[in-house]
Amino acid sequence: MNFTLKIWRQKDAHSKGEFKEYKVSDISSDTSFLEMLDILNNDLVHKGEEPVAFDHDCREGICGMCSLHIDGHAHGPSQAVTTCQIYMRQFKDGATITVEPWRSAAFPVIKDLVVNRGAYDQILQAGGYVSVRTNSVPDGNAIPIPQADAEESMDAAACVGCGACAATCKNGSAMLFVAARVSSLAKLPQGRVEGARRAKAMVAKMDELGFGNCTNTGACQAECPKGISIAHIARLNREFLAAKFED
Amino acid sequence: MAFKLDSKIPAGELSQKWSNHKAAIKVVSPANKRKLDIIVVGTGLGGASAAASLGELGYNVKIFCIQDSPRRAHSIAAQGGINAAKNYQNDNDSVYRLFYDTIKGGDYRAREANVYRLAEVSNLIIDQCVAQGVPFAREYGGLLANRSFGGAQVSRTFYARGQTGQQLLLGAYAALNKEIHNGSVKSYTRHEMLDIVIEDGEAKGIIARNLVTGEIERHGAHAVVIATGGYGNVFFLSTNAMASNGSAAFQCYRKGAGFANPCFTQIHPTCIPVHGTQQSKLTLMSESLRNDGRIWVPKKMEDVEALRKGTKMPSDIAEQDRDYYLERRYPAFGNLVPRDVASRAAKERCDAGYGVNETGLAVFLDFKTAIERLGKEVIEKRYGNLFDMYKEITDVNPYEQPMQIFPAVHYTMGGIWVDYNLMTTIPGLYAIGEANFSDHGANRLGASALMQGLADGYFVLPYTIGDYLAKKIQAPKVSTATPAFDEAEKAVKDKINKLLSINGSRSVDDIHRQLGLIMWDNVGMARTKESLEKAIVEIAALRKEFWKNVKVVGTADSFNVELEKALRLADFLELGELMARDALNREESCGGHFRSEHQTEEGEALRHDDKFAYAAVWEYKGEDVEPELTKEDLVYEFTHRAQRNYKD
Repeated sequence: MNFTLKIWRQKDAHSKGEFKEYKVSDISSDTSFLEMLDILNNDLVHKGEEPVAFDHDCREGICGMCSLHIDGHAHGPSQAVTTCQIYMRQFKDGATITVEPWRSAAFPVIKDLVVNRGAYDQILQAGGYVSVRTNSVPDGNAIPIPQADAEESMDAAACVGCGACAATCKNGSAMLFVAARVSSLAKLPQGRVEGARRAKAMVAKMDELGFGNCTNTGACQAECPKGISIAHIARLNREFLAAKFED
Repeated sequence: MAFKLDSKIPAGELSQKWSNHKAAIKVVSPANKRKLDIIVVGTGLGGASAAASLGELGYNVKIFCIQDSPRRAHSIAAQGGINAAKNYQNDNDSVYRLFYDTIKGGDYRAREANVYRLAEVSNLIIDQCVAQGVPFAREYGGLLANRSFGGAQVSRTFYARGQTGQQLLLGAYAALNKEIHNGSVKSYTRHEMLDIVIEDGEAKGIIARNLVTGEIERHGAHAVVIATGGYGNVFFLSTNAMASNGSAAFQCYRKGAGFANPCFTQIHPTCIPVHGTQQSKLTLMSESLRNDGRIWVPKKMEDVEALRKGTKMPSDIAEQDRDYYLERRYPAFGNLVPRDVASRAAKERCDAGYGVNETGLAVFLDFKTAIERLGKEVIEKRYGNLFDMYKEITDVNPYEQPMQIFPAVHYTMGGIWVDYNLMTTIPGLYAIGEANFSDHGANRLGASALMQGLADGYFVLPYTIGDYLAKKIQAPKVSTATPAFDEAEKAVKDKINKLLSINGSRSVDDIHRQLGLIMWDNVGMARTKESLEKAIVEIAALRKEFWKNVKVVGTADSFNVELEKALRLADFLELGELMARDALNREESCGGHFRSEHQTEEGEALRHDDKFAYAAVWEYKGEDVEPELTKEDLVYEFTHRAQRNYKD
């Protein structure tokens, strides 16, 4: 298969970027999208040009390192997968494919397609945990947890922290990311103890870091590679309001 | 000068060793902990849990990772589960049984005392993770669920769907975040350790490169912990993440840390087979699938040919014409034999010509029987995400046709030599998790990597490091304005400039692929004297080629992925040779190390306990100089070393 790629190139955070066009040819349909970029990069290196910088690591859809807007969609054209799980058989032979970094004020570009997602770490540092010390804990079976609650907690905990939600949201809101963590812990008795504190601290940090507000468009859910439901945002809102009333 | 190895294994009964040791080692008072600095390199299960626990204790911790967030470390990709000796299933599990299974699974090439301690603390890990909010699978009564894994006849594996590594890492990462918030841990993301600094024979800090700006930084500390995982990517194609590398461990080796059993590599039996020549990595299908999946190839060559031509589908082949070769060869364990045994059995069938795809390098993993027995819904609930992943990658629906699988490089049991305190041969330098060599012998059991990473980080290192740091309470802050730091920084900068100046004609990936092929063909699933000698010559030649002809574009003082890869490949080119040398020295077969010259009549690994019941510890002697071997004898006081038997 042959493709024309329009890729965002940007030297560093301070430089102005632009789209550049590249051709790749003889690509097997079983090649993954990122392997296709590897092939392009190997060609560029042989020509003495700087390869396209992009984030990736596990290439199994779990580490959350890969990103990219492909033809305007976060993590490409498929539903519920990350960019590393996109295969070239999903594109038409001869297609022109546009590749951009996450577009979000809170995720500044570092180089080409690589952005800084440190803001997500900072939100979790503000309260995305249960405050237990190592070894200061009861037996694992001391607190029975209904299977349905554990499953729902797991649904939310599947978030890989890739940033697609905020990058997709027209308001640049990180609500789905914050909600996934808050909701996952809120469904478990261990997490309930400091639930109010957690919701307030994480939402305050999100606001402080310049993420926008949620207006319930649902775009984040549509583009989330793990299919995290916006129902978790509703739970976050409940947690947050309840916490405010307690004050 | 050979190493004087002291494993510091405490005396006494096996079950009392850890308690006795904890009682005997020194502790550091809270006021003094505040004055002590620790560097942790790597943020996987080992690094994150260690940094969080050390931070809680009051030490000043700096933690480094190469990714943009600590949560990306490759522990996140572990699918199946984590072992613990809880005996929640009432199937007669115990600390001793977990210990015994692990020692036996490792083919009697691990230390008894370390493995027993691992089994002992395994139960604490589950408690810890539950308290952190890890959403483990639960039964209808609300209590924790278990499943079975290879190499065990009990159900002791705790899991969170097929994402156990992710959930455990998010737990450790959350604990780390708590300590970052509290100010006891400072996090350095997109930073790569490029050298270890040794002064007066002790570890005093690291040289790191800021991967965004290219700046070379000095960081000093009273102790340094290496938690950077394994070196499986020496094979280029492996299940490791793309950036996983052996460089931090190799730099420690180069500066005098012993490197033990480098040839012990785990080839995982259930990975998606290689397609084409442009593949970047291999994808694992969790071992948990072997709970319900049955592995087979056709009995008749005509069926093999029909499959390759596409005139028959696997489902067309009648039950009596299928060779469930693991069930045939190993009736007691069946499809749940340990990984090394399952991998070699797949290779044996494929070598005999029964491989089921066009390359002849694949076997079937079939869920037909399980779906008939349990229904599609149950299978979907247990393995749904793995089935989806398989379909994404291969475009084949595993509910209808069996999966095709083949072994791939997955884990390295070898690593930096450590004593019972997890300290390397360099005082003040520690290695934990996959980066060390200590607990898995010649083969790791499934669901034990997560256990070891968290055991080391939460429950072992936080105690044992105090024994060393207690001697440092009077020591001032480590200064980085010293000749040792000057020298290390200069060496790093020189190396980077050298790489950028070669401007040859081959890309880093080209050379890495070639190294991978040399390794897979000669230092892979079956090794011979000839293949290993060939590998040593070819790797040395490729290393010369690399330093003469590599092309690294970009600059030193910018975000430069090609430079990062080149620095890592330079070390893989050394590590590959060291692995081959170690494999050549070990004239026996054990666990994942299979020397074709040493097998039983039935083709099983044949150990030579009289000659090789030792850990081979290698000492760096300089570029292109043969390393020196020191042996740590493995004394088995409490278990009888038997030929491994998974048949009855």
